[in-house]
Amino acid sequence: MFDFGKWTSAFNDWLLGVGMSDWLAVIIECVLIGVAVLGVYTVLALFYILYERKLCAWFQCRLGPMRVGPWGLLQVFADMFKILIKELISLKGTDRFLFKLAPYIVITSSVVMLACLPWGNGLQIIDWNIGIFFVLAVSSVGVLGILLAGWSSNNKYTLIGAMRSGAQMISYEISLGLAIMTIVLMCGSMNISDIVNGQADGWYIFKGHIPAFIAFLIYVIAATAETNRGPFDLPEAEHELTAGYHTEYSGIHFGFFYLAEYLNLFIVSGIATLMFLGGWMPLHVTGWDGFNNVMDLIPSPIWFVLKAFFISFVIIWFKWTFPRVRIDQLLAFEWKYLMPFALANMLLMTLCVAFGWHF
Amino acid sequence: MSDLKNNILKVYPDATFEEGDNLLLVVAEDKWLSVANDLKNKLGFDVLSALVGMDWKDSLGVIYYLTSTSHDWQVLAVKVLAQGDRDNAFIHSVSSLWKVANFQEREAYDLVGIKFIGHPDMRRFFLRNDWVGHPLRKDYDANPDLNPIRLTDEEHEDDTRSFQLDENGKVVEVPGKVFEADDYVVNIGPQHPSTHGVMRFRTAIDGEIVKKVDVVSGYIHRGIEKLCEGLTYPQTLHFTDRMDYMSAHQNRHCLCMCIEKALGIEVPRRAQVIRTMMDELMRISSHLLSFGCTAMDLGATTAFFYGFREREMVLDIFEKTCGARMSMNYNVIGGVIADIHPDFVKDVKEFVRIMPSRLKEYHTVFSGNIIAKNRLVGVGMLSKEDAINYDITGPSGRGSNWSCDCRKKHPYAAYDMVQFDEVLLDGCDSYSRYMVRMKEIEQSCRILEQLVDQIPEGDIRAQVPKMIKLPAGRWYQQVEASRGTFGVYIESTGEKNPYRVHFQSPCFNLVGVMDLTCKGNMIADLITIGAALDFVIPDIDR
Repeated sequence: MFDFGKWTSAFNDWLLGVGMSDWLAVIIECVLIGVAVLGVYTVLALFYILYERKLCAWFQCRLGPMRVGPWGLLQVFADMFKILIKELISLKGTDRFLFKLAPYIVITSSVVMLACLPWGNGLQIIDWNIGIFFVLAVSSVGVLGILLAGWSSNNKYTLIGAMRSGAQMISYEISLGLAIMTIVLMCGSMNISDIVNGQADGWYIFKGHIPAFIAFLIYVIAATAETNRGPFDLPEAEHELTAGYHTEYSGIHFGFFYLAEYLNLFIVSGIATLMFLGGWMPLHVTGWDGFNNVMDLIPSPIWFVLKAFFISFVIIWFKWTFPRVRIDQLLAFEWKYLMPFALANMLLMTLCVAFGWHF
Repeated sequence: MSDLKNNILKVYPDATFEEGDNLLLVVAEDKWLSVANDLKNKLGFDVLSALVGMDWKDSLGVIYYLTSTSHDWQVLAVKVLAQGDRDNAFIHSVSSLWKVANFQEREAYDLVGIKFIGHPDMRRFFLRNDWVGHPLRKDYDANPDLNPIRLTDEEHEDDTRSFQLDENGKVVEVPGKVFEADDYVVNIGPQHPSTHGVMRFRTAIDGEIVKKVDVVSGYIHRGIEKLCEGLTYPQTLHFTDRMDYMSAHQNRHCLCMCIEKALGIEVPRRAQVIRTMMDELMRISSHLLSFGCTAMDLGATTAFFYGFREREMVLDIFEKTCGARMSMNYNVIGGVIADIHPDFVKDVKEFVRIMPSRLKEYHTVFSGNIIAKNRLVGVGMLSKEDAINYDITGPSGRGSNWSCDCRKKHPYAAYDMVQFDEVLLDGCDSYSRYMVRMKEIEQSCRILEQLVDQIPEGDIRAQVPKMIKLPAGRWYQQVEASRGTFGVYIESTGEKNPYRVHFQSPCFNLVGVMDLTCKGNMIADLITIGAALDFVIPDIDR
């Protein structure tokens, strides 16, 4: 596999080579990375909007956007420009500071999570010993933005939406964390690059057999809830609460919530890829050397992105198939079934690790 | 008929009768409450089918249409003249006997201005509370200066009142409040994606639990009944397509039948069969929409599109024959306006052929889904007694195991020559109502299958006079519309336009049980209960 780390260190060496001091080189690199992250964020968001619209259209015997550009490919750009030039309506009776702050909290948390993902061999921005733990922690910050948005709008719908959202995300974070911890237990490290490298000889979903597979299912369910997507899209529940917590937002502030929702979908898919499907590792089948060599030719970022798209496809599929659950059913499902199950599964994984039952 | 008269004379010796389309009993106002009690409890008239507020210029009054479920669906009309002068006309409320009268009396109060003594919540129903005058009175002043378009919110929305009689027999007003002082009231509608139109529910909630639903109606009230009074009979027809637009054919069929009955016109057999088939196609289209909307209100958007895919075929059939997909304007007095399209038989056969497999698909995608079941089963309970008391007819009533199908009770058009089952389920919940609709699609297909090959040759329209004038009298006609029993009341004085037309729409009653069925459920259930009751707002507002 090609190591992208060579390029980045060569760039660093070149910066230092032209006579820059360390701190200047670091600042330049940080700015470049920041720009790159934001660029990737935007491109992915645009792609995801089209991806979901097309998929949902096909599920529903429709064509989806077809008018702007070939197969409607430019529709998302048109939408983006529309949302950028729309007026930011300020309302009477809102808490102005919090109202404006909320979308930035949501989008910041999602950008930071994006930065933690391992994009490819050597393509990782933050890599430290509590990597995955950090991702979980940052993901919780997003709830704060949603709660603030609901509260500061001074609207009963948004408040109910925000309260639902708070209850839902805090609850499902537990299952999500437990599912991730199950794999951390198996891997023995919270460091993201360690987790990926541990899967060089086989993805954890295969290596950890039963408990890893259960953890995967729990993760996908909890992640769907965590991203507020159907059948767990109660915070927005457009048929009950018109649009839930972001009812009162307009223009790009609404766009931030919208983008964050799509990007969070990519991020949870990315984390699923990282934890269960080998991150950027190519698919290898023991014994099929020719096949494995061909797989190695595909660059690692493509592997990562394609796997994430696949998981997203499954989550989108959920949304366009299932009806929405009710808040009491949602919470009962988490606290009565999913979390105890995740705990038991973690115990099972502990036994597997302790007795060396996994591969 | 004479049995009924004798029975009534036993409980109410002063009774006087008027013969007509239905037997009409005239009751003095001061006896009305006790007579009503006897009619309900001793003579078995357990359904209040219609309540028509009347202004006969010299007096105000109400015509009640009562139906007995136990005695062969017998219909009795009751006429009660209001006491007091025109400004303080009053009649005792029967809303404690027949719960359906709650909203019906509010409508009569609103439009005719009769005060109902003992009614718990005597507010206007359609019009703003600062409206001047009562539009259905014959001396109503329609001067726009009296009722300009008001751009301010209604004041004192929470205030209600009831009227009582004091010891001198004078009407006194007792003020009250709609909600308690510390209720958290969420306003759902009139602009809301899931109220299926411009309907407003003011909902008191405790956390996510609904405590009380206050129905605020009238956002698209067009005053159809008032408009009809100024038009000739053929001109009134098109309004029916615009009330419940998902029962356009049935509604119009009903009005045509009522006028034909008054004129004594025999409708040709071919027209009868075509009307029946159109009614059933309309019912299928309506139930498919209902399936789609129920699914969509639950967040299953994909199922919605599946329902619409098949509904499109029905609309195409309509388009070919009637020239329109909505507001078809197809029935006319004496028959139908145009013959069926040459493709009609082929298209209907094709539709009936594919529908069973599509229904199976719906059940796979939605009805059998565990989430959908959890959301619908046991939610929005409406017992059979309540269904009868609130006159909840149609699929919603049959979901509470109440056999109330007009096509079976008073067969009309070609329903006597076809075999079909009345679908009854005893779940009394949203899921039963939903499933009744799905099964009624099968039954409607069955009716279409039987009729499609035996459309008789002949005229599509009977000869009718150029100027249609109904003889003096009153007529009441019911049909089974998509959402329940649709009734038309016409009173004529022999002129070319009606003296009074009243449309008894099923959705008006459906919205009356929102408070009963939603209480104690969650906000999310309010939406699904509304979807499963499946009311159409223009039918309520008329």
